[in-house]
Amino acid sequence: MSTKIKINSQIFQDSNNIYYPKDESEVSDLIRELYKQDSPTEIIGNNSKSFIGNKTQSANTTSLSKISGIIDYRPEELYIKVKACTPINEIEQVLSENNQELAFEPIDFGYVKEGKSNKGTIAGYLSCNYAGSRRFKVGSVRDHVLGFKGVNGKGDIIKSGGTVVKNVTGYDLSKLIAGSFGTLVALTEITLKVLPKKDSSKTVIIYPSNFEQIYDFFNKLSSSSSEISGAVFIPEQSKDKDFVTKKNSVFKFNDLKSNISFIAFRVEGDKISIEEKINNLKKELKLSNSDISTLDVYQSEPFWKKVNNLEVFEKTEHNLIRMVIAPANGSKLCKHLENNHNYFVDWCGSLFWIEVNSKKEEKIKDLKKMAKDFGGYLTVIKTSSEYDYGEAIFTVDKVRLMISEKIKQSFDPKRILNPGKMYRGV
Amino acid sequence: MSEIALPKIDSSILNRKSEIVKKLSKLTNIENVLSEADELRPYETDALSVYTQTPLAVVLPENTDEVSEILKYCHSENIKVVPRGAGTGLSGGALPLQDAILLGLGKFNKILEIDYENKCVVTQPGVTNLGITHAVQHKGFYYAPDPSSQLACSIGGNVAENSGGVHSLKYGTTTNNILGVQMVMMDGTICRFGGKSFDQEGYDLMGLICGSEGLLGVVTEVTVKILKTPEVVRAALIGFPSIKEGGDAASEIISSGIVPAGMEIMDKALIEATDNFSKAGYPRDAELLLIVELDGTESEVNELIKKVEVICKKNNCSSLKLSNSEKERLSFWAGRKAAFPACGAMAPDYYCMDGSIPRGKLAEALLEIKKLSEKYELPVANCFHAGDGNLHPLIMFDGNDKEQLRKTEEFGSEILKTCVRLGGVITGEHGVGIEKRELMCEMFNDNDIQQQLSIKKSLDEKNLLNPGKVYPILRKCAEEGRVHVHKNKDKFPDLPRF
Repeated sequence: MSTKIKINSQIFQDSNNIYYPKDESEVSDLIRELYKQDSPTEIIGNNSKSFIGNKTQSANTTSLSKISGIIDYRPEELYIKVKACTPINEIEQVLSENNQELAFEPIDFGYVKEGKSNKGTIAGYLSCNYAGSRRFKVGSVRDHVLGFKGVNGKGDIIKSGGTVVKNVTGYDLSKLIAGSFGTLVALTEITLKVLPKKDSSKTVIIYPSNFEQIYDFFNKLSSSSSEISGAVFIPEQSKDKDFVTKKNSVFKFNDLKSNISFIAFRVEGDKISIEEKINNLKKELKLSNSDISTLDVYQSEPFWKKVNNLEVFEKTEHNLIRMVIAPANGSKLCKHLENNHNYFVDWCGSLFWIEVNSKKEEKIKDLKKMAKDFGGYLTVIKTSSEYDYGEAIFTVDKVRLMISEKIKQSFDPKRILNPGKMYRGV
Repeated sequence: MSEIALPKIDSSILNRKSEIVKKLSKLTNIENVLSEADELRPYETDALSVYTQTPLAVVLPENTDEVSEILKYCHSENIKVVPRGAGTGLSGGALPLQDAILLGLGKFNKILEIDYENKCVVTQPGVTNLGITHAVQHKGFYYAPDPSSQLACSIGGNVAENSGGVHSLKYGTTTNNILGVQMVMMDGTICRFGGKSFDQEGYDLMGLICGSEGLLGVVTEVTVKILKTPEVVRAALIGFPSIKEGGDAASEIISSGIVPAGMEIMDKALIEATDNFSKAGYPRDAELLLIVELDGTESEVNELIKKVEVICKKNNCSSLKLSNSEKERLSFWAGRKAAFPACGAMAPDYYCMDGSIPRGKLAEALLEIKKLSEKYELPVANCFHAGDGNLHPLIMFDGNDKEQLRKTEEFGSEILKTCVRLGGVITGEHGVGIEKRELMCEMFNDNDIQQQLSIKKSLDEKNLLNPGKVYPILRKCAEEGRVHVHKNKDKFPDLPRF
């Protein structure tokens, strides 16, 4: 029996030649066999975010979607251990029943991809490491991973971390796996730190008059003892009528003037301390004579969902860019983007979501240079159908690429797992 | 205890000492190279002072280029290198090797940039942890991770060990509080991971380096995140009549949704020892003492304190005292911070263990340790980072009595086994170093360890950087893993130890 047939007889394969291993040992068997055959495979979960990253050149596709289910949830220990491809929705639901949540606020990329919710699996989300609006306060996805199990490119089952928060036993491989786009291990099990949900939230809207003022506000907000858990800037962008219409419809709230530029910041906690913090912040931002509006909890929660779901870029056919910079350079970037690209700013001035017209690929090169100059990086999250990949969709320098190649080699010497998904040669 | 396997000594390197010293003296200022016996003595050990070794030479470079040149030279000549920060580590991570250069980062002692707009500080690695907070506190900012040795330990060492502290429950450990590092690889390559922005894309190499105990590279610059000092900080001192009731209260505080800034537990033995030592005013009739610190805005803190009070009363607390001033809050902590020296005053020797367990197993672990203490007829005092399940039992004994030493070792190993059995790990914050090296196989199987060794090999092919640390040489699950302090002669007796 040839090895190819051997794999087929052991592990279910559908008509599209996608393998569906049903447990960790089948993942291990499959990858061990592919390793012997030098035959790379694309690794997918529920396919909700497979559009992010380069297209892999591999003869096989392995879906981990059957590796799903909650293994152990201990609300009192603040952790949940799940099989890797457990849907995020399922995790959020069980946490919600215990008034807990994934504090990093997962982004729902389903809206960008197909105009409707599809949060996908936790393994897929961890592999991207794209935290939502609360990131600047609570850390990224990688900061909430306590441990994992998975299969490396040789078929070996490996683990790192555990279920306890204080743990310095060996290298912290959980960090390395976060954002590795499935190029190091096929994940089979993930343990996440969970946190209590805040009692309530309110969102304050202010209407700044210029870019310097926006960043003055952002700076004051992030310098305050009255902690906020979200701060976005949504620009007016009057030139692009379609975008304006979209933006006004997405952010249509009774207490919000969405037709002009605005900053929204969120305060969470118990009701008394929310009021106290808002009052403190109003003083610190000198807002006593300004036009402001406040979204109560019933408006605040859907508002931040819409921000996190990137609903203003729903089903975009253009290139969608995620740029992270040192916030002090934000006003310069805003000036450059004004009337050139549709965009909004999250993470209290650090994270930019930018839409670049499909015919303007050279603009991405300029933006990448700008990202580096401003102490950051960009990723082309979604490419238009016309994108020719002349400009790499990730940002990496020579030394980091060299080290990344070495790390890849140590996990996956024959480049079996998602080859080329991030960089050529990795 | 003082015998430990180290990598095979390369005698050809020992024979070339004078040539190596001469070459090093060309790569940095001549006075930065130490090679005489009396010059080397201060570097023979770190804070795990039971192990000593004289290094081949000590080199104290002054800038990144010098570090790069030194490592490049050592790489080409197959000379081992042991990096060292402030030497306050408790697991022997900076223990020298006879045939290795000890690379001290002590001259990297400057803060390079304070950037309030980007909420970060760019610093050289030799700056102390507390030095960073001191540099920004006049503007109301601080650096969150606070290992108990923060007065002396360096930020570079914190990166190497992924140091935590009392406040890591709410604010995370070093890995959650740094934005970027500059590092030199063993072959001399200078690299930069991260910067002033969040979450560098691609492999999180900064996350890998943090906690790698000096095995993957030498950190020469660190960018740390700074936070605004909370408006109000208050602490509560709560006594309980039994271990179970106190442990359950601590567990319930967390499960109720409160995230205290810090939460510590001390048992009766330690309440008495520390109160005798520091006159902290602890409730001496209590079997267990809980210190809970809460921070935030005034109404937020008041609200949380109310909730903590309700939980503690429900669990039959015997006393409850709230701090009403900053002075009083610090006095609550004074006893806890004196835990180690207080034990040193009670017995000729003590062993400090460092394991983590799930929070809910707190009472179970303490009761198990109490039983073991009776079984071995050795007193033990317990302090605990209750919020994150990090346990530090201190076993008291007389090292001159061979039988007591043997019993202590057995006792200690049973405690560590208990930690692992309860779902915990062998080191919460002190690191593996040489101390817990042989215990790695309690937690990891061959595949796990091989994967970690492959990473090491990929970045340091010749295994020259800090060899013999973290990963088992003997491949036996030897029962080591203790800090041994004789006649209270801790390497840094004046540093508080949590």
